[in-house]
Amino acid sequence: MFSVARQGALRQARTFLRPSKPTVTSPASALARLLSTLALLEQREGKLNPSSLSAVTAAQKLGGSITGFVAGSGVKAVAEQAAKVEGLEKVIVVENGAYDKGLPENYAPLLVENIKKGGFTHVIAGHSAFGKNLLPRVAALLDVQQISDITSIESEDTFIRPIYAGNAVLTVQSTDPIKLITARGTAFPAAPVSEGKTAEITEGTDPNAPSPTEWVSEDLVQSARPDLSTASRVVSGGRGLKSKEEFDRIITPLADALGAAIGASRAAIDSGFADNSLQVGQTGKNVAPELYLCAGISGAIQHLAGMKDSKVIAAINKDPDAPIFQVADVGLVGDLFEKVPELTEKLKQG
Amino acid sequence: MSSLRILVPVKRVIDYAIKPRVNKTQTAVETAGVKHSMNPFDELSVEEAVRIRERKVPVEDIVAISAGPTKAQDVLRTAMAMGCDRAIHVEIPTDKGEPDLEPLGVAKMLKAVVEKEKRNLVILGKQSIDDDANQTGQMLAGLLNWPQATQASKVDVEGEQVTVTREVDGGVETLSAKLPMIITTDLRLNEPRFASLPNIMKAKKKKLDKMTLQDLGVDATRRLKTVKVTEPAPRKGGGKVDSVDGLIGKLKELGAL
Repeated sequence: MFSVARQGALRQARTFLRPSKPTVTSPASALARLLSTLALLEQREGKLNPSSLSAVTAAQKLGGSITGFVAGSGVKAVAEQAAKVEGLEKVIVVENGAYDKGLPENYAPLLVENIKKGGFTHVIAGHSAFGKNLLPRVAALLDVQQISDITSIESEDTFIRPIYAGNAVLTVQSTDPIKLITARGTAFPAAPVSEGKTAEITEGTDPNAPSPTEWVSEDLVQSARPDLSTASRVVSGGRGLKSKEEFDRIITPLADALGAAIGASRAAIDSGFADNSLQVGQTGKNVAPELYLCAGISGAIQHLAGMKDSKVIAAINKDPDAPIFQVADVGLVGDLFEKVPELTEKLKQG
Repeated sequence: MSSLRILVPVKRVIDYAIKPRVNKTQTAVETAGVKHSMNPFDELSVEEAVRIRERKVPVEDIVAISAGPTKAQDVLRTAMAMGCDRAIHVEIPTDKGEPDLEPLGVAKMLKAVVEKEKRNLVILGKQSIDDDANQTGQMLAGLLNWPQATQASKVDVEGEQVTVTREVDGGVETLSAKLPMIITTDLRLNEPRFASLPNIMKAKKKKLDKMTLQDLGVDATRRLKTVKVTEPAPRKGGGKVDSVDGLIGKLKELGAL
């Protein structure tokens, strides 16, 4: 795909990069003074979203000062929560109900104003539905090429992100004056909250841009279970479960026994076994729990993209050649309709 | 009431079923001799555009567009076989060392085309499965200052009013806006049709215009430099156990229980 000329240019770029690298990283303190990051904090009904705390951790890896940004109605309370988050020096608050639903049509101009006013060099958001929807619009308004879903930070302008459903890892260097980034939640642990600490809270500018889009309604799955993307244990089911009834009968008790979140493969979701929001994979959620236990999932590359960074992967499948066994730390070949209930029973007995 | 003039951007990518390999020089993923097809999310866009017309919503025409090497015309022919009326190929020669476009460059190109072709609805895929950026639709909406509805799982057009149900973390939300508008598709939106042989034959006769970025007056200079592309650290399977007790034992040993 790349021509010889381009490869030559790349090689040049790389050889140029290598010797210059120490000078980029060694006077980190001098650089840190110039570096200032805006971390976009996502809030919902007065509560801070966990993916925002990952964005703060990613911001800390950059060095430099970090300012949080939150907008909506009654966000003073959220700002006070945020002020306790380790690493945040300042929190910018914009109190306006127009931003409650995070509509990018008015939220993007709002961010642009505050980014310009604050002179930030970096802007980081979580790679959540909110971040994905909003940040590229901000990037276009600032004429910046955003870097999506980063999993690691090499230096203030060089980032690592997965491409091709996680089948390749790209190291990319930005030449833009402002770096706009979304960070993968599972790659950066949530920044801790410390009770004693308070960051300065200031009011941001509000351009009051109108939104041509009207928010009509929402239908969110109510669940007492841990949130899929942040759960420490995930139990996942696939097409092998055969029906929604079987999915609920087999997978739910196991998840209960483990205190785990429930996930599903695309095949299971398309067949109506579980809700769309439970999909794990390239087009669903990325999870990286301590334990990912799956049953009746073959392990297509799109599914693996969403779970292969899990600490321990366990798989139950009747097909000994299923690709899932190539990544599973422990695999059990057998009929899930027998093995999973047996496992659930034994786990309950402790 | 004006009718819909739809633009459907499609991208030629390595087929979703193929496991990509990183090339020896670690500059990119190996693409030579690898099966390519239309980005799966773009198939959904084409399908949705065609279905909107089939639902008797007045549609003036559906134009497919792709930027890339000559082979990008293959996916444009597919789009036309699925029901698009004509196509635009923005040729990005690969032989002169011209790099791939980044989402910002594509968005700028699409903005120029939207204005030139007087489009009032653009339906894009939510992300391409090669770069996984999930940016182009949102960027285009920002550049045009149009409303956007990303990750759509349901689209309703009634006159000027478009109502879209979109997939968000934890469920769905419904938005409504007036045309013109940008929509990006999610997997649940529809089931794309297969192009039938007669339609493939007909598609060969449909109009395919060629353009360049220069014709459109678009500067798509890259902002990002690829430092390297590597294989992810391989995960080695830990082998199999033959019973539930063995499974529990191993999980305890690994500290997962």
